Amino acid sequence: MEHIVIIGNGIAGITAARHIRKLSDKKITVISAESDYFFARTALMYIYMGHMKFEHTQPYENWFWKKNRIDLINAFVTKVDSENKKLLLQDSQEIKFDKLIIATGSKPNMFGWPGQDLKGVQGLYSKQDLELLEVNAPNKDVCKRAVIVGGGLIGIEMAEMLRSRDIPVTFLVREESFWDIVLPQGESQMINEHILEHHIDLRLNTNLVKIIPDENGRTKAVTTDKGETIECNVVGLAAGVSPKVDFLKGAGITLGKGVKVNEFLETNIRDIYAIGDCAEQHQTIGNRRPVEAVWYTGRMMGEALAQTICGRRTPYNPGHWFNSAKFLDIEYQTYGWVFPEGSKKEYEEHFHWRHPTEKICITVAFHKDSKQLLGINTFGIRMRHEIVDRWLTEKRGIGYVMEYLKDANFDPEFYTRYEKTIVAHFNSTFGTNIITKKKSWKRIFSNA
Amino acid sequence: MKAIKNIGLLIFLVGLGIFALLPLTGTFTLSGESLQTVLKEQNIQSELFVTEMENNVVGKEFNGIGALSSKVTSALENTNAQHRKNKEYNKIMYTSPHDMAATFAKISGEGFIVSNKILMWFLTFGLAIIGALLFILPNVILLGKKGIKNDGIYHENATNKGWIAWLVFIFLVSFYLVLYFRPEYAVNWTYTLDPLSQWLSGNPAGHWFVYGFMYSTVMSVMAVRMYIKYRHNTYQMVRTTSVLFFQIVFAFLIPEIMVRLQMPYYDFKNIFPLDFDFFFQWNLRSLLNSGGIGLFILVWGIVLTLVVVPVMVYFFGKRWYCSWVCGCGGLAETLGDPYRQHSSKSLFSWKVERWLVHGVLVFVVGMTLMTLYSFFTQSGTVIGIKTQSVQSAYSFLIGAIFAGVIGTGFYPIFGNRVWCRFGCPLAAYLGFVQRFKSRFRITTNGGQCISCGNCSTYCEQGIDVRAYAQKGENIVRSSCVGCGVCSAVCPRGVLNLENGPLKGRINPTEVLLGNDVDLMELVNKKS
Repeated sequence: MEHIVIIGNGIAGITAARHIRKLSDKKITVISAESDYFFARTALMYIYMGHMKFEHTQPYENWFWKKNRIDLINAFVTKVDSENKKLLLQDSQEIKFDKLIIATGSKPNMFGWPGQDLKGVQGLYSKQDLELLEVNAPNKDVCKRAVIVGGGLIGIEMAEMLRSRDIPVTFLVREESFWDIVLPQGESQMINEHILEHHIDLRLNTNLVKIIPDENGRTKAVTTDKGETIECNVVGLAAGVSPKVDFLKGAGITLGKGVKVNEFLETNIRDIYAIGDCAEQHQTIGNRRPVEAVWYTGRMMGEALAQTICGRRTPYNPGHWFNSAKFLDIEYQTYGWVFPEGSKKEYEEHFHWRHPTEKICITVAFHKDSKQLLGINTFGIRMRHEIVDRWLTEKRGIGYVMEYLKDANFDPEFYTRYEKTIVAHFNSTFGTNIITKKKSWKRIFSNA
Repeated sequence: MKAIKNIGLLIFLVGLGIFALLPLTGTFTLSGESLQTVLKEQNIQSELFVTEMENNVVGKEFNGIGALSSKVTSALENTNAQHRKNKEYNKIMYTSPHDMAATFAKISGEGFIVSNKILMWFLTFGLAIIGALLFILPNVILLGKKGIKNDGIYHENATNKGWIAWLVFIFLVSFYLVLYFRPEYAVNWTYTLDPLSQWLSGNPAGHWFVYGFMYSTVMSVMAVRMYIKYRHNTYQMVRTTSVLFFQIVFAFLIPEIMVRLQMPYYDFKNIFPLDFDFFFQWNLRSLLNSGGIGLFILVWGIVLTLVVVPVMVYFFGKRWYCSWVCGCGGLAETLGDPYRQHSSKSLFSWKVERWLVHGVLVFVVGMTLMTLYSFFTQSGTVIGIKTQSVQSAYSFLIGAIFAGVIGTGFYPIFGNRVWCRFGCPLAAYLGFVQRFKSRFRITTNGGQCISCGNCSTYCEQGIDVRAYAQKGENIVRSSCVGCGVCSAVCPRGVLNLENGPLKGRINPTEVLLGNDVDLMELVNKKS
């Protein structure tokens, strides 16, 4: 029986394992040093905040793996011997494989800051990082202040976590505005305001210079490029992540930033594949980046690779880009591409509406000339994935989108709906005369 | 703000403490006159009982209810035994000994509590209400910006099965045990509510009035907590208001006012089979003897069960009842909300749930068929089984122990919908309709789920919502009561309660939205 070995039990590796099991009877082994069982990394923050316990983040009960004949090994892989098709584990145990899937994920970026290895300095990616944060910042007495470096999703999550225990937080963001390399200005501005509302000391345009130790080798303070010194007991490094592929050096597998793969997620070596955060595409797909450190793409690569492994060679062919996040209390969804001012294409035009008092806004990107829909960002409004995905596929124009906007609303019942206001704003901005159509189940389910 | 909370907690605990101590205090002296009143009201024929009461109880002063209660219960049991022996069946008293004790206690109370009813109300209910509100209201500011705030739930002793949770558990269980099985101990509580009861129905308060009042009060106070916690979520606000309205108006006020107007006591929203004694002989008799209104109630009750339930569930799912109207649901959604995360999501629990809840449904339907057979044929037995004993077994096991003691008492340990999930026969009935013929479903939003587990953790009905959401499937489950909290706690906006078309409601998916594999090819290859 063919033996499939998967390194990493995150969403990519586990999705691959589950789908391989669905499609075949192969022997499957998943190796991870992080945790015994698969858990949702994205929910780590909720454990610290007390919304859930660790076991709640595990999507499957513990008996699931045995029942589905997916063998789990808690171990660290030190070496991949691609020639003899075997792995070396830290305890010198050897594991032979017929096909190998590398799904090791990421590690937090370190940019060589002085003091980055001090006690109290950490990132937030793994279960161990979370356990470390519990030690470093159990409460506001032990951690009198924390400094977070890096204005992205992990940074704001860390800030939210620490604030849930009333720990004062200073948030250093290199950019002029929060996450403005991804978000258009209006949205980024709104999040800036929301961060301040949560009593997070947001410092835009500010870089970390160094971390200063105390006599015990713990972090005592940081200095910034604005010449300031900020006393703190914890430094959260959240300046992005990069593929965790160091253990593969010398294995003959072509590496770039991550493990180089083709569209079939195959590496340069036969029978070795890479998926998820650690995979790097030779050719970028559409507007996507070569390394996609996103939950959903990890899952999709797992789905696609399972097909290939089970005898039906399938390219990783993601559809329209989508993603979502939550910034403190504001939910964010994005479909298609809405670029910020910095990287906007010259044909891309934006329509932006923001609620006068609530933290709600929407940005729709469309082609200046053809008026074709390019993407939608919403904050505080939930959108129906199927509908927006269909509009993008059907290359609908902005006029059509505005007209049928109600079909795409996914907010709970009795919520205030803003489509009328949004379309009125659109009409007054672009001199159009669009009237919104009533929501129609018939249209929504026309593809079902 | 924290200080106000602490002061509130202290005041609440003082009120609760006095309330908890009341059953153990009080002086009781039964006068000869009062004895005669009770004998007449209860139509007691037994001279033996009268003699025993006159010898052992009348004119004596009892400190604490225990002493009086034991005299009355033993008098009743002894005389009944004597009459049974002598085959004097018309003299046997069918009232339960503890109900009898409660009746005598109520009429013989004296001293501070009885002469200061309003003050005593203030020292118990009054303080508890004020304290609780002081504890809850500062959350408007403490919770910060509106949005879902479950911070610290698994760090707090009270909400993570710590010692506070166990104390609450003991208190609730004890309260229900007193209510159902030792009503005489509730007599001091009833005094505090006499003025209100007199005003509403013209009668002094009984222990069920205490329960009704307490139920409505607890729900109102905890509804304030819901309003604050879910103030960003209009669905939760509307739903809480609805359930509160039906409790206060339909379950509490209307039945009392009906009594005042010489009509039968009836809760118009209580539906068979949850209202399991609707077809019991005493109820049917009482309805049939009450003229037009009785007949109306009879027809209304049957229409509710046979017509309103299926029609409403078809259009709105069972949530229209379970989390918008029902009293049990109302308490679960208000008092029980802090404990919702404790419902077990294991596959094992689901298996137990399905057997148990449908078992109770079969039990109640069987019992009702027996009851109706007995009613129309005037025979006390059906194929050799006594209808009466089946009814008693149901009332005790399901009506009292399951619905009351376990259903509510176990909130802090097993979550807030233990009864609704494992025991309620109406929920089982509504669930059948919801599963097979309803427009209601929880929609999963394409491929956006990150499997974080908030939805499953906070599902009070123990549904593993995430298991469906991460597959991109709609959630169509008979146990879902449509509380909407999965949708509220989802950090990615993936879940939504919808009454859409029946078609396309169940949508198993092979590959999630977002991954463009050729689905047709996949399907063809499979077959």
